[in-house]
Amino acid sequence: MSAAAPARVPLGKAVNAGLRKALADDDKVILMGEDIGKLGGVFRITDGLQAEFGDKRVIDTPLAESGIIGTAVGLAFRGYRPVCEIQFDGFIYPAFDQIVSQVAKLHHRTAGAVKMPITIRVPFGGGIGAVEHHSESPEGYFAATAGLRVVSCSNAADAYTMIQQAIASDDPVLFFEPKRRYWEKGEADFAALDAAEAYPLHKARVVRPGTDVTLLVYGPLVTTGLQAAKVAAEEGRSIEVVDLRSISPLDMDTIADSVRRTGRLVIAHEAPVFMGVGAEIAARVSTECFYHLEAPIRRVGGFAIPYPPAKLEQHFLPDVDRILDAVDHTFTD
Amino acid sequence: MSDLDEIVQLVTIAGERHIHPDFSTYVDDVDMADIRKLYEDMVVVRRLDAEATALQRQGQLGLWAPLLGQEAAQIGSARALEADDFAFPSYREHAVAYCRGVQLKELMPFWRGTSLSGWDPNKYNMATPAIIIGAQTLHAAGYGMGVNFDGANSAVITYFGDGATSQGDVAEAMGFAASFAAPVVFFCQNNQWAISEPVTLQTKAQISHRGHGYGMPTVRVDGNDVLAVLAVTRAALELAREGGGPTFIEAVTYRRGPHTTSDDPTRYRTAEDEAEWIRRDPIERIRLLLESAGALSEGDVKAIGDHADAAAAELRRGCLELEDPPAMSIFDDAYAEPHSLIDAERREYAAYLDTLDA
Ligand SMILES: Cc1ncc(C[n+]2csc(CCOP(=O)(O)OP(=O)(O)O)c2C)c(N)n1
Repeated sequence: MSAAAPARVPLGKAVNAGLRKALADDDKVILMGEDIGKLGGVFRITDGLQAEFGDKRVIDTPLAESGIIGTAVGLAFRGYRPVCEIQFDGFIYPAFDQIVSQVAKLHHRTAGAVKMPITIRVPFGGGIGAVEHHSESPEGYFAATAGLRVVSCSNAADAYTMIQQAIASDDPVLFFEPKRRYWEKGEADFAALDAAEAYPLHKARVVRPGTDVTLLVYGPLVTTGLQAAKVAAEEGRSIEVVDLRSISPLDMDTIADSVRRTGRLVIAHEAPVFMGVGAEIAARVSTECFYHLEAPIRRVGGFAIPYPPAKLEQHFLPDVDRILDAVDHTFTD
Repeated sequence: MSDLDEIVQLVTIAGERHIHPDFSTYVDDVDMADIRKLYEDMVVVRRLDAEATALQRQGQLGLWAPLLGQEAAQIGSARALEADDFAFPSYREHAVAYCRGVQLKELMPFWRGTSLSGWDPNKYNMATPAIIIGAQTLHAAGYGMGVNFDGANSAVITYFGDGATSQGDVAEAMGFAASFAAPVVFFCQNNQWAISEPVTLQTKAQISHRGHGYGMPTVRVDGNDVLAVLAVTRAALELAREGGGPTFIEAVTYRRGPHTTSDDPTRYRTAEDEAEWIRRDPIERIRLLLESAGALSEGDVKAIGDHADAAAAELRRGCLELEDPPAMSIFDDAYAEPHSLIDAERREYAAYLDTLDA
């Protein structure tokens, strides 16, 4: 082992490295999507992969999302492990039918005879000043669908291992990448990180221990949550930040364990709060941890409105202030 | 209509007039003064497009989808429309909006991020930009069905790209329009690229054949020839109004700029390719035509240039005058009628903002 500090790499580059590793390790892995070849994807997440693995492994598809997922189903029947890129969150809906009606159900429908090891990569969330349909958080729709696994990475090391774990899974995985964090650097030593040995895909992780209140976040909001915890610490309040990582299945053990220790819970995500991921978690925590809770559970998230235009998105996206306001409420409610 | 693979052209790249047996008659009434108007339209929208691109580079717009190279396809088709026709565009049809009378300052809010729209579709009979590829073609088919149900004789045009023809929605739109004889013109601007993907990735056949499979007449037109585009669109609109149902037009053109201001075309296409299409510039050939007919004086050129500059200045002013909307406006118009959840969230967020002010 070298004594040098591990390299700091941007999250997007870590996804790229994870995809490269998966392609190299298993020749049944193929990438497909719009503009992923020569262009390397609009976010350059697949940069260089077509040059390295050829256009039969890294496939530019026609401009058809239902087509991308529907043909991935056929490829999975044939023994392949397709990794599909949906260019932006808001463009997944043309494929929604194939994902929820076919991808999610085929294993069950065929009594386990057919596997759907399909990974669907979705750059998601707001905060990049984009036009309509480029800033959405559709994870709840998929978490509500039985048969799918839904995860979201938040840092470079996880991005590298989680994408490989998702690809290795025999179940279909919706892999949500926090697009506004693509350029954020984190420590990731690819030579030392082994996906098979790494932290399990479906486990939540305490990313900052604390004693007063649990803050549950995932994807782009992990960074925001850590910032909030830092500010709170300066004011003498100890926030425990838990990175959910997996939305379906939920790691209730880690969540409940944290809430039992802190007695308070705030859940933050970018998707609208109404009928959202936080609602499910709040309901479960109130059942499992009722006598440990010192205050009602608070949720912070988007409003029940379509994602607003860029100049107003800061009001929609949970920020440090809104999170801390919710934290405060758990002490005053 | 014409043979599937034939390309309709009325003005060559050298600015010479062609007679076309089927389509020339549709522009018999178009005299040199009218052609000069079309020329002026193209010069102005090219100037507007350059100004908007500059505004984006200066940080005043979040994004812009340039139309450079597609002026003739958009102006020729849009100038064929009557006031009561309705247009369902994608996101690049700034020139169509210009022809529909959309105010220049109304082009900006969507791209500046101060609003999700910019203009009232019912005021100009033109929907605001559709980002989801192909979605608007179904809206056009439905609108056209409504026109028929009303016994009206207006027509509908929908704009989409070559890439869009791969989408299920576009296939379904053509199916509905053909089955219900909806008065819809499917106007595909084949600009050769869907971001980095060449048209050959979307289809092995010619794009125009897409319509043929649904039993509708199809035309392949030189999309850089404004007169030819005007003629074939007029023909298709006339057929639609007469109850003849939909037509598919493939306007063969080229996107000379990046896909949007976020794109980097050097990654996927060659300088030779771009140079070839500069040769086929839609404005240049009309200039040559007008000049050889003695219909474009130096004074005209100057006047048109001044008009374009004034329009660009107006666009810039309209953009810079746009202020960020008030925070609480995010709750407006999510629903048409009162909604208890919105009311509650509005109250809570207002109270929260008050605590920040305090
Ligand atoms: C459903 C959907 N998928 C992907 C995108 C992202 N996207 C925006 S424009 C574009 C290419 C469109 O190409 P084409 O239809 O040929 O139209 P052009 O932009 O060339 O005018 C893509 C892939 C989108 N907006 N909507």
